[in-house]
Parts: sequence; structure tokens; C-alpha cells
Amino acid sequence: MPETNFKGIPASDGIAIGSIFCYIPTKLEIPVCVAGSVDEEMARFAAARERARVELQGLYDAIEKRVGKKEASIFEAHQEMLFDPALEEKIREFVEIGQTAEQALVMATEELARLLAGMDDELFAARALDVKDVGRRVLRILLGFPDTALSAVTEPSIIIAEDLTPSDTASLDPALTLGFITAQGGLTSHSAILARTLGLPAIVGMGDGLLDNISSGTFIVMDGRTGEMILEPDQETIARYKQIKTQRDSLLQILKAAAEKDALTANGRRVEVAANVGEASSARDALEHGAEGIGLLRTEFLYLEDTQPPSEEKQYRIYREIFEVMGTRPVVVRTLDIGGDKPPSYMPFPDEMNPFLGWRAIRISLDEPELFKTQLRAILRAAAGYQARIMFPMVSDLDELRRARDIVETVKRDLALASVEFAADVPVGIMVETPAAAVLVDVLAEASDFFSLGTNDLTQYTMAVDRGNAKVSGLFQPLHPAVLRLIQQTIEAGHTKGKWVGMCGELAGMTKAIPILLGFGLDEFSMNPRAIPEAKNLIGKLTDERAREIAGQAMSFGTSAEIENYMKGILAAL
Amino acid sequence: MAEATIQVKHKVGLHARPAALFVQTAAKFSSKIKVKNLTANGNFVDAKSIIMVLTLGVMKDHEVVIQTEGTDADAALDALKSLIEGNFGEA
Repeated sequence: MPETNFKGIPASDGIAIGSIFCYIPTKLEIPVCVAGSVDEEMARFAAARERARVELQGLYDAIEKRVGKKEASIFEAHQEMLFDPALEEKIREFVEIGQTAEQALVMATEELARLLAGMDDELFAARALDVKDVGRRVLRILLGFPDTALSAVTEPSIIIAEDLTPSDTASLDPALTLGFITAQGGLTSHSAILARTLGLPAIVGMGDGLLDNISSGTFIVMDGRTGEMILEPDQETIARYKQIKTQRDSLLQILKAAAEKDALTANGRRVEVAANVGEASSARDALEHGAEGIGLLRTEFLYLEDTQPPSEEKQYRIYREIFEVMGTRPVVVRTLDIGGDKPPSYMPFPDEMNPFLGWRAIRISLDEPELFKTQLRAILRAAAGYQARIMFPMVSDLDELRRARDIVETVKRDLALASVEFAADVPVGIMVETPAAAVLVDVLAEASDFFSLGTNDLTQYTMAVDRGNAKVSGLFQPLHPAVLRLIQQTIEAGHTKGKWVGMCGELAGMTKAIPILLGFGLDEFSMNPRAIPEAKNLIGKLTDERAREIAGQAMSFGTSAEIENYMKGILAAL
Repeated sequence: MAEATIQVKHKVGLHARPAALFVQTAAKFSSKIKVKNLTANGNFVDAKSIIMVLTLGVMKDHEVVIQTEGTDADAALDALKSLIEGNFGEA
């Protein structure tokens, strides 16, 4: 039989090669019989509930030992639901009108689960599944079935199921589980999260009918990164995936180890590797990828998602949540960076020939001081007790910077007068993204506590190229000698003035640029969270001396193509 | 009967750990304890039922009304109030 390919949603990275175990839960059919007295039926329920409690405690202990307290806590929650007085009361109501304990249990759990499932908030609605899971467990015990068929897995297998509940996955032995594939479920489903925690490959959302055409024992290959499943692969396919698996496993191990540690060069100099974050929820993602801070917190999303500017309270809450997630790690908050290319609906924008050279970023903030002050108040208040920094975008002139700082001081005075708690010592710096700022770093240092290079705009303004225009976008070359010179000058001038210099543009996360930037002495690299493990790994392979040699050599070339070519050779040899 | 209105400041509202703590605290008392979400203007539910407390959908900054009735009504109300006001033991 030839290979057959299926594709689902990739939910957890990794490759598994092996036989499948199709998990089809026992069908719990309630036999038709006459109910006993109310006391008899309630006593049967109470006895089954007690056995369910013992099972759940056993699952809690096993998962706590195997995975952790947090993952086990779901079974603590299940025990609370098991003994919920509302559940017992509902069951009693149904028993009193002549139902058996089994029928009453099913009706009661369905009714309560429906109440939860109908809630607007997804987080609350998701708890309906837990109520059902608890109900199913008690029903299974009432009917006299043993605990879940997944304990029947006796050799290493890939588990395929319609869907997996927390109770199902808890009885799995991770040593015998190669991966999960489910017909239902999404990226946030229980099995997807558990697979990531255990480091097992998983594919979810394969679609209905997954289990119709396959049976236990079939040999398959699954790729949790692409979401592909290959049934009965030929020898060639197996060999290919075995090779990919070996390579990826060893690379993942290296990268994981690198991400967990602070970034150090091969000679032991500490370099900060941080994340660029564009919404509140990605701060956790950044931490998971090993971010030592947030080097760029974009705040535009707050201004573009609504039909009115965000209130101080709303901003405060969102900033505060991010600071709390990051704890003692630094967070650089960039103030409003919008322009006529993407105007918010509530702000009248002039018609502009070229919005990228127009009314945008700090220029808007200075013209709309109330909008600016609201944001600064929210940041300064939320920063109390945390390591926040404020950064102005698109500064091109010392006067602009002085005026912006004056507004910061005014806001601080107002807050102090109103006896509102705020952070008085937040460092204030600028993004270096105009050539004007890059050549004036020594002058701007008067009023800037730090500098962070924004390489996308710096490249666009230096090369005078619109990268959205296909006719000229080839000139958008962040490794162009002109751009690199400005970067080098910025770092040197900043250091001469005793300021730290970071980078939050795309270049900071590109392996072909990192050795050069390290050689220039860049203090902080801020990037897309997913690029962090590889960047840390690369930094750890280079000494400062070697990086300086590479940077020196790179700067001797006259074109971006030559530099890229040279860097390709350097990276291949590392 | 004792009654109090309190704002829930915890970031997840009455969900997950805060909801569990709330119900566990209520269960320690013999009094009848009822709670409702004033912000969503729903009905009173049994404060000792985790499922019913979850159905209130109490989110951050929502106000809840707690009613206690029984021999330890005042102690129960105090315990639940200080649990919410102390942000469920989190800073």
C-alpha cells in the first residue's frame, strides 16, 4: 500500500516514528432498569463519588510527581467539582422524581455543564468540559468499568484519539507515549498544552473521520512542526525522517540549554538578549523563549484597536500586567508610534504625500500633549516597583527630545502633587531610526539615558527606499555598509558618553548580523521571541575578539552582497 | 443576616485559584452563604458551589454581593471579605 498523507494543526514540535494506538473510550451506556429508593440511589452515588475521589487523588499525585504541581492542579479542581453541593442537590432532585443514580448524574452534569458552556468568556466556558469529565468518571464507576483504556498501552506508541480529556492524558505513561494526534481540538486544547509541557510532538484538529480509516498497530511518521502524518511510510521516508529527527533533537537540546541561560560571549561577557513584544499576551511567550527582558514594547495596538484613544486606566492595567509577568527584568516601553500610513479612526490626519516623512511618532506626541501625557502617566504609574524604561520613537533633533523630556517631568510633578504612586527614576531614551539621530548621538546623549537602534526605519531612511515598493525594495539592505557605519557610529558615540546602546530592529535577531553587532559592542539585542534561543547560542560561540575581527572584515567590503556572502562563510564555519 | 458588596481586584476574577479559595473559605462555615455578581446583575448562587460560583462570570473589577445567614454569619462574611480585599493572598 502506498504512503498516505494527512495534515492537521501543528501543536507541539517534534517527530515521532512508530505504531499507533487508537484510543476509543468505553461507550458508557446506561442500562434501562428501575430505580431503587431515593436513599439507595443516593448511597450508590455517594459510594461512586468516594471511589472517584480516590482515583482523582491518585492522578493528582502521579501528575505532580511526573510533571508538576501546576499541571496536577486540574485534578484538585475536579475533586472540588465532584463534591460540589449544587451537583449533589441536582442529582437528588432527579432521583426524587424516580431516576436512577446513573440517569440523574448524566442529567445533572449536563445541565450544569450547559450553564458554563453558555458563558461569553471562553475561559469560564471551558470549565464545562471539566464538569463533563467529572460526570463521566463517576458514571463509569457506577457502571463498573475500569479506569480508561489508555492504561492498555503497553509499548511505545503514538496515541490517536477523537479528543483527549485531562483524565485521559493523565493515565498515559509518558515513557510509552511517542506523540499525540487528535481529530478535534486546537492549539490551546488540554492535550496540546500537555504535549508541549512534556516535550512530545502533537498534531490536533485532524478533522472528523480520522479514526475511521486507521487501526491500532499501523506504522506512521508524524511531524509536530508541520502537522503532517504519513500512514505506512516507505523505507526512504522513514530514513529521511529519522535523520531529520536526530538533527532536530540535538539542535533543540543545544538551543534549549542556550535559552535557559543568560547570554554570554565565549569569553564570558554578559550581553542582554531581549524580546520585541506587540501585545500583552506575548510577554509570557517571550519568557518561555528565554528573553532576559523586553527591549521593545510596542504600544500602537492600544491606539489602533478602538474607536477612541485608550484611557489611562486601560493602559495602566495592560502595562502593569506586562511588568508583572517580567518581574525584575527590564521592559522598554516605546511611546505612541503611529502615522498617516495607518491612522487611528478617531484622529484626523492630513493628506500626506509621504506619510513616512510626515506627521508621525514623537511629532504627533508633541503636537497632542494630552494624548502623550495620558500615556506617560499610565507608564510611570504602572512602573512603580518594576524596571521600566521609556523610549521615544523617530527623534531627529535635540529640541524635540528636550520638549518630550519636559513633558515627562511635568507629568511626574503632577503625579507627585496628586500623591499618586509612580516610578520617579524611570530611564528615558530614544530610538535611533533616523540618520539625523544616528549622527547626533553625542549631542542627543545630553538628554537621553540610552539608545536603541531601530534598523528597519534606519535602513529605509538611510537608503531612501520604500520597501513596500517592489521596483526599489531591492535597495532595502540592512547590511548595507552605509547602514552598518551609522550603527557602528551610534554604538561608539553612545559608549563614549557612557550610555548603553541596544537594538530592537529585525537585524538584531538575524544570525548573519549578530557577529558584526557583537563586534561593534552592542549591549542589548532585542528580537522576535522565537529568534532568541538561536541568537543566544550564536553569541555563546563567539569571543569579543573574534567578533571584532569579523566586524572589521565585514566593514572592509563595499557592498551589502559582499558582506552577506562573507557572513555566510563565517556562519558555516562556526 | 449580614451582607457586603466588594470589588474583586484579582486579574483572573473569580476563576481558577481565587474561585477555589473563595469556595473553600465559604465551606468552612455552617451559615448559608449566597453570592451574586452585581456588575453583571445576575442571581444569587450558593457560595459553597464551585460550579455555581464559576457561572457568575466574575471578572477583574466586578462587584459581588455576599449574603450570610446563620450562627457564624458575621465570621463568614468577614473571612470572605478579607480574602477578596487581600487579593486572595497575592500582592
